[in-house]
Amino acid sequence: MKASGGVALAIVLALAGCAGSDRAPAAVSSVAVNEERVTIPADPFPSTYRPAPSDVTVIRGATMFDGEGGRIDGGAIRLANGRIEAIGGSDLAVPEGATVIDAAGKWVTPGIIDIHSHLGNYPSPAVAAHSDGNEMSGPLNAGVWAEHSVWPQDPGFGRALANGGVTTLQILPGSANLFGGRSVVLKNVPGRTVQEMKFPGAPYGLKMACGENPKRVYGAKGRMPTTRMGNVALDRQAWADAQNYLRKWQDYERKAKDGKAKPSDAPKRDMGLETMAAALTGDIAIHNHCYRADEMAIVIDMAKEFGYRVAAFHHAVESYKIADLLRDNGICSAMWADWWGFKMESYDAIWENVAMVENAGACAIVHSDDENGIQRLNQEASKAMAAGRRAGIAVSPEKAWTWLAINPARALGIEKQTGSLKPGKMADVVLWNGDPMSVYTRPEKVWVDGALLYDMHDPKRRRVSDFELGQPGEGM
Amino acid sequence: MAQTIAITGGRVATGNGGQPIEGATVLIRNGRIVSVGRGAAPGGARVIDAAGKWVTPGIFGGFSRLGLVEVDAVAQTNDAAATGSPFGAAISVAPAVNPNAAAVQVNRAGGVTRAIVAPAIGRDLFAGQGAVIDLGEDMDAVTRANAFQFVEFGEAGAAKAGGSRAAAHVQLRNALYEARDYARSPAAYEGGRSRESLLMRLDAAALAPVVQGEQPLFVRVERAADILQALALKREFTQLKLVLVGVSEGWMVADRIAAARVPVIASALNDLPQTFEMLAATQSNVGRMTRAGVTVAIGMIDDNDARQTRLQTQYAGNLVALAKVPGAAGLSWGQALASITSTPAEIMGLGAELGSLKPGRRADVVIWDGDPLELSSAPEKVFIDGVEQPLVTRQSRLRDRYLVRGAAPSPRAYRQ
Repeated sequence: MKASGGVALAIVLALAGCAGSDRAPAAVSSVAVNEERVTIPADPFPSTYRPAPSDVTVIRGATMFDGEGGRIDGGAIRLANGRIEAIGGSDLAVPEGATVIDAAGKWVTPGIIDIHSHLGNYPSPAVAAHSDGNEMSGPLNAGVWAEHSVWPQDPGFGRALANGGVTTLQILPGSANLFGGRSVVLKNVPGRTVQEMKFPGAPYGLKMACGENPKRVYGAKGRMPTTRMGNVALDRQAWADAQNYLRKWQDYERKAKDGKAKPSDAPKRDMGLETMAAALTGDIAIHNHCYRADEMAIVIDMAKEFGYRVAAFHHAVESYKIADLLRDNGICSAMWADWWGFKMESYDAIWENVAMVENAGACAIVHSDDENGIQRLNQEASKAMAAGRRAGIAVSPEKAWTWLAINPARALGIEKQTGSLKPGKMADVVLWNGDPMSVYTRPEKVWVDGALLYDMHDPKRRRVSDFELGQPGEGM
Repeated sequence: MAQTIAITGGRVATGNGGQPIEGATVLIRNGRIVSVGRGAAPGGARVIDAAGKWVTPGIFGGFSRLGLVEVDAVAQTNDAAATGSPFGAAISVAPAVNPNAAAVQVNRAGGVTRAIVAPAIGRDLFAGQGAVIDLGEDMDAVTRANAFQFVEFGEAGAAKAGGSRAAAHVQLRNALYEARDYARSPAAYEGGRSRESLLMRLDAAALAPVVQGEQPLFVRVERAADILQALALKREFTQLKLVLVGVSEGWMVADRIAAARVPVIASALNDLPQTFEMLAATQSNVGRMTRAGVTVAIGMIDDNDARQTRLQTQYAGNLVALAKVPGAAGLSWGQALASITSTPAEIMGLGAELGSLKPGRRADVVIWDGDPLELSSAPEKVFIDGVEQPLVTRQSRLRDRYLVRGAAPSPRAYRQ
C-alpha cells in the first residue's frame, strides 16, 4: 500500500539536507522509516544554514585559549573552508593568498556559546506583540517549539556578536511552564528565516522549570500547580504519560514491522508527549531551570525514576551547595556570575558559585538569559573567576574559558562541531583586542565558520537588522 | 569618628576626572579628608599601608532603589512603588530606607558608599521624592531626605497619565501650576481650588519646592523628542532645576542638553532598541554627550536598581574600552571614574561634601586591590564618613559555610 491521504504523516526522512550534520536529528528514534508505516518526521523544519563565504585566514602572534582549558602563547591558527585547519606556533604555514592577521598583544578564543538565551523569542523592541517566549496557557507545554517564535530580525543577535563574540546560542522557551517546549540552537548569523540560522544537526533541548515560576503563573490562574509539590506531581504524571506514549509507539512499530498493524492503527500523535518521549530516549537533552539545591536534588531523583538525564540545570544559583551531587550525576550547571535577590529562590546566590562548581570537578557554564548580559559573557566569566580566586580557588583564565566554550558545547551535544580551537571544528573564532578577561577589552573580529562577520575596523560589517533600517540611529 | 587615618603609598584617584597619583597619602581626620598628597603620616595616626593598592572616593550610585527592596518578587519586602496609594509627589522614600537591607551590605562590600535612591511610579507620573543615602552599617542611612522629585515623562508616564504622552504633558503642567498656586499661598490653596483640581494637598505641597527651584526635578525621559519637551518645560516654569534620567537617545540632541546646562544620569551600556522610545540607544551615548559638554553620571535605570549598583564600576570600565573602537565614543579612565563618584555628587548639589578626595570632603574612601574599574578588583577597605565598614555579607557567610577546605568534620550546616 502506498502512502495515501490517510497516512499523510508517512514522511521519508531527508537527512541529506543538513549541511555538516554528523548526527541524526532528534526524534523518537525507535520509530522506523517506512512508507508502509506511519512515522514521526525527525526534522520537519530543517536547517538551511550555509556558511558565508570565507578566505583562508591565518591569525598569528596571539595568546590563545583553546576553550578546553589549554593556552598557547604566541600561537597561530589557520582557518580554511570554514574549519579550523591547523593550530601551532609562529612557524605555522601560510598558504598563498591567505589573509594574515598579526595579533601580537591580542587574544584568540573560540566563539562564545550562550546556552541560555531568549533572543528572537523575547526580542527588542520588547513590546507585547513580540512577547513569544512563554506559552502560558498550561503548565505542560512540551509541544511548543522555540524556533516557531524566533524573530530573526531581533537586533540583539548582532549586538551579541559584535560586543560579546557570541557565535552560537540556544534559544529556550519558558520558564512559566513545568514543560516549556523545545529549544533551538542557532548560529549567530544573519538570516531571513530561522532555518537559515539553525545549527546544522544540533540536538533539540526540552526546557523544564522548577520552583517559583510555574507555581506563580498557574497559582495566579487558580489551577495546579500552586506549590512546589504540585510542580513535582504534575511533572511525574507527565513523565508517566510520556512513558506510556512511547510504549504505544514502540508497540505499534513492532507490530507494523511484523505486518500486523495498519497505518490507521498508529497512535494519535501528541506534540508534547512526542518531545518528552524523545527526551526519554535520550535524543532530546533536558535543560532544567532550577535555582535551589534542594529542588535540583528532587529533580535528580525524578530523572532516575523515569529514566531521563538532565543535561544542565539553568540559573543554578545554589549549585555550590550540592556541587558533589552534580558532579556525581554528570550534570552541568549554567550560572550567572552575580545575579541575586530578584526572587526568593535567587536569594542565596554567591559570587563564588561558578568557581566552586568547577573546583568540585562538576561541569560549570556561564550563561546570560539576558539580551544585555549576552553582550558581556566574557566579563561575567572573568568576575566569577576573580571571586573564586579571592576565595582561594585557583582558576586560570584558560580554564575559565571552558565555561563559555567546550562545557556549553557538550551540554548542547555540539562539541564535535564547535566549542574549542581544535583542527576540524567549525572556525567559530574571536580575536580580542586585549586580554578577554579585562573590562578594557573588546572583540576586534569575529568569524563564524571561517567567515568574518564582525570587524570593529570595518563599519560595513556592522550588522543592522531589518527592524533598525531607517530608524533613528540605526543602532550606531 | 575622631580617628586620624593616613592611607599611604597607594595609587590615588581623586574622582575629579584626572589620572591617578602614584604613592600619595590620603589623610582623614574627624570623618573628613584633610589632605591628599606627599608627606609623612602625622604622629598618632592609624597608618594603612596601601602600597600596590588603589585608593578612590566611594562609588556614588547615580540612580538606584537601594534600601527599598529586599527581594523584588516578594511584594511585602518591596517598597519601590506604591500603585495603590492615592498620593504621588508627596511620597518620600526617606522613611522607607532600610539600612540593614542585604543590598546595602552587598553594595557596601562592592565599594558603594552613597547612592541616589528614587521611588518608582505608582498612581501617576509622579513617583515622589528621592533621597541620598549612605551605605554605612549604622542605622542612620539618610544623608539628604527629599533630595529631588522624580517624574516619568516617557512611555511609563504616558501610561499613568491616561494613555498618551499628550495627556502626560497636561498632567505634568497642571500639577506644576497647582503647585505654584500652593506655593504662592498655602493657606488660600484649599479654598482657591476648583473642583477640577487633581492634586492631593500634600502632593501640591511637595511640588511647591520644585516649581520654586528649591528641589531638583528628576525627569525620566528616553526619546530625543521627549528630551526636548522636558527641556522646554523650563521656558514655562523658569525656576525648574531639571535633571534628566535615562536619556538613551540623548546623543541625538546632546548640544541642546548642553546648552540648557541640564545634567544627565544615563544608563551606561543601553544599546538595544528595547522600546520605541530607545530606538537610537547606543553604547556611545554617554561618550557623545560628554564630548558635547553635557554633565553625565551613570545610573542603574531599569537595571537591577535595587541590588546591583556595585556594577557601575564594570559599566564605567566598558566605557573606557569603547574609546578604542573606531567610530564609537567612550570615556577616558578619569572621566569614567568621575561618572560614578564626583559627577553624581555634583548633580545632587553635594559636590563640596561628597564624591571626591579633596580636603574638606566627607571621607568616603575605598582601598581596592587593583584598578577599581577592572573585573578582577575588589575593595579591601571601605570607609564612610571616615568610619571603616564591615565587608561581611550574607553572600560571604554562605560562601564560607560551603567552601570546604580539607576534611569536613561536621555536617555542612554546622560548620561555620
